[in-house]
Amino acid sequence: MDPMEAIKQTFFQECDELLLAMEEGLIAMENGEADSEMINAVFRAVHSIKGGGGAFGFEVLVGFAHIFENVMDLIRSDKLNPTPDVVKVLLRAGDKLSDHVALARDGGADVQDAEVKEELNKLAGHSGEDEDEIGGEAAPSDFDGLAFFPVQIDIGDEAPAFLSLEPELPSWRIRFTPHAGLYAKANEPYLLIRELGMLGAIEVTPDLSAIPELIALESEQAYFTWNVVLHNCADRTKIEEVFEFVSGDCDLDISEIVPDAVVVEDVVEEVPDAPTSAVIVDLATAAEKKPAAAAATTAVEVVKSTIRVDLDKVDRLVNLVGELVITQAMLSQRILETTSAQSTIGTGLGELEHLLRELQEAVMAIRTQPVKSVFQRMPRLVRETAAQTGKEAHLEIEGEATEVDKTVIERLGEPLTHMIRNAIDHGLESPEDRIAAGKPAEGTVKLSAEHRGGRIVIEVSDDGRGINRAKVREKAVERGVIAANANLSDEEIDNLIFLPGFSTASQVSNISGRGVGLDVVRRNINDLGGRITISSVLGKGSKFSLTLPLTLAVLDGMIVAVGDQTFVLPLSHIVESLLPKQSDINAFGSTGMLLNVRGVYVPLISVGRLLNVRGANYDVTSSVVILVESEGIGRMALAVDGIIGQRQVVIKSFESNIGHIDGIAAATILGDGRVALILDIDGLVAGCREGVARPIEYQQAAGA
Amino acid sequence: MSISDKDTAQERRQYITFLATGQEFAADIMTIREIRGWTDTTALPHVPDYVRGVINLRGMVLPVIDLKARLGLGLTDATAKHVIIVVNSGDRTIGLLVDAVSDILTVARQEIQSVPDVMRESQNDYVEGIAVLDGRMVTLLGMTKLTSSFGGMDGLVEHAA
Repeated sequence: MDPMEAIKQTFFQECDELLLAMEEGLIAMENGEADSEMINAVFRAVHSIKGGGGAFGFEVLVGFAHIFENVMDLIRSDKLNPTPDVVKVLLRAGDKLSDHVALARDGGADVQDAEVKEELNKLAGHSGEDEDEIGGEAAPSDFDGLAFFPVQIDIGDEAPAFLSLEPELPSWRIRFTPHAGLYAKANEPYLLIRELGMLGAIEVTPDLSAIPELIALESEQAYFTWNVVLHNCADRTKIEEVFEFVSGDCDLDISEIVPDAVVVEDVVEEVPDAPTSAVIVDLATAAEKKPAAAAATTAVEVVKSTIRVDLDKVDRLVNLVGELVITQAMLSQRILETTSAQSTIGTGLGELEHLLRELQEAVMAIRTQPVKSVFQRMPRLVRETAAQTGKEAHLEIEGEATEVDKTVIERLGEPLTHMIRNAIDHGLESPEDRIAAGKPAEGTVKLSAEHRGGRIVIEVSDDGRGINRAKVREKAVERGVIAANANLSDEEIDNLIFLPGFSTASQVSNISGRGVGLDVVRRNINDLGGRITISSVLGKGSKFSLTLPLTLAVLDGMIVAVGDQTFVLPLSHIVESLLPKQSDINAFGSTGMLLNVRGVYVPLISVGRLLNVRGANYDVTSSVVILVESEGIGRMALAVDGIIGQRQVVIKSFESNIGHIDGIAAATILGDGRVALILDIDGLVAGCREGVARPIEYQQAAGA
Repeated sequence: MSISDKDTAQERRQYITFLATGQEFAADIMTIREIRGWTDTTALPHVPDYVRGVINLRGMVLPVIDLKARLGLGLTDATAKHVIIVVNSGDRTIGLLVDAVSDILTVARQEIQSVPDVMRESQNDYVEGIAVLDGRMVTLLGMTKLTSSFGGMDGLVEHAA
């Protein structure tokens, strides 16, 4: 990859993190619980995005970030009070900033930010007059121009004003001569000097004596020396710290100025209070920004240290450990077959197994991420959806630190988006209705995540109108989904809203207008091996609960035998297993069979026949029947030759090598080292419907 | 590996030769990851007969293709003496069931003859050329074409139907 591209990618990765930090800070501000550190964090995030964007020439992004930054700066320096109205504008500005970043990364339509820009400018109390500053800030080349002035720096609130200098603090004379190497490592004297300005008032004089004749000038050599007088700084080590990262690449001479060296004072007085000079203003803003950087350093120390690792490396590690576990299982099986179970080898093997399981868990944990990365997108969604529907909504988030495998996280965003939209669009009432019902005008949507029994449970609840069961039922009868006299429990009625086709018509409690229904949400969740349930109280609100596996790399499965093969059935689909009586099996049509399960007739399918397995027992009467539930068709009975056991299996996809096979989700490797196929229940159902079970096989079955 | 114009006539490449259906075939050594003995496969449903199923190759699920059946000459009666050549090409890794591996061959570009026109059919598309060695004829298989001709499973299922 082009190195520039790589740096750009890193920048965008950082942008994502920064935007997250910004959003977090803004939400804290919205809730009125932001301290100055939070506000600083928002400022820093915007500032860093602006800085990085400038380096890559994303001018539109920089332009917007700059205005945003100005407003944040005012808030930071207590010149602007972050009232709820102001924060609302900031939140919208934050959304636009993410759009700008996305635009810079992916291209696409221009961001419509004129309105937000105007509001920001209004907040900043001026319009566009600072535009020129961007150049000065983003392109340090302007520095050459200002280096020739002795400059007075107003440190603002962070340090005492220069003239109220406290005499007891010493002043320092710093002679700083960067070598060419310093520039080669992309360091910038301007920034170092600016940082010095944070320690106290500074006065900078360039020493140009080393610059040779133009003809002798080498473009890659360094000729500048700066003499800096720093006032009012107590600590020499602080000064050294500024130059810490460039210590090998410059000549640095720091000496304390004895108190009677008043020369300095004179120089300063010659430069009168001249804040109108553009240069001084620029440096002054720059100086004000420094505490942010200083704070950033402290913040970094608090954060746990992390490293970025290529996901492929982690995946490889996960695979290797998975193989190790399989090999260990094979080995144990072989050894225990040949030796007596009492032997000490057995104990050793047990310990090995235990250790390996721990190792596997630890490795899996590397891939886990907090659900925060998905949850962070939701506040914006709530704002936008609420604005679109003319409702007032507030999002509460809980348990965003809950960790789950990356693969699950990646596929969580879409269903959550639909559910939250659904909660606002259909769950919450309009502000007037809410007040009439004695509720606050602003509705609350709550999003929470927690670990429960080896799975992650995510709940989306609202305090809206809840499901009107009578109406849902009425609709369902009307649409022919249920019989008019069907006896349904409340839970069953609630679940009707997941039915496809139910979602588009009723005004009661389903999604409309976006072309996506709750049936799609349920399918997405089922694809992930999860389940979705709903509970609702009329007038009080509804709660959707998602239960998901922590990882998609392993699966709880039931191992079944069919002919000379073994298959794995995902446990999440299995309802029960039973031994059917001859009298419960009824022929249906030419090839079909129905099984009577306590009065309910479900289709009965022989797995061996469907998949054409060698040596399979086609006589369903002597089979074991496993009752499964699938989204597409509801319940279905699968006839297999026998149940071998239940265990956790590592999913091995082979689609990249062969492609997709109907009815087969993936493969796994069993303890004996053989490959077993994991059945895809929905795919099997689809296969049945298309009549894949061929007549010839049926004749065989009839003959058996 | 297809022969590109960049190849000079002198460029020499190494091929592994193997036997199937009494014919001698060769494949570019760079596409071959390893060679291993036959183990029983787990059969896949809804696939053409030349896909013998999948095996566990140190944790990887490897599909095995019967070269003889692929050439339309019936299923190989696989025994422990039969060999699976593990071929890497593009994103795919596929096992090729053959009778035996015989030799390593070095062939110069100029020694490769193109496939006679009469024999050019879409089915023979994966034949890269023909090399003559001590009076024997060796068919050079283009592994990329051979494995990609198995296509996605959609293609396979059509074959089966």
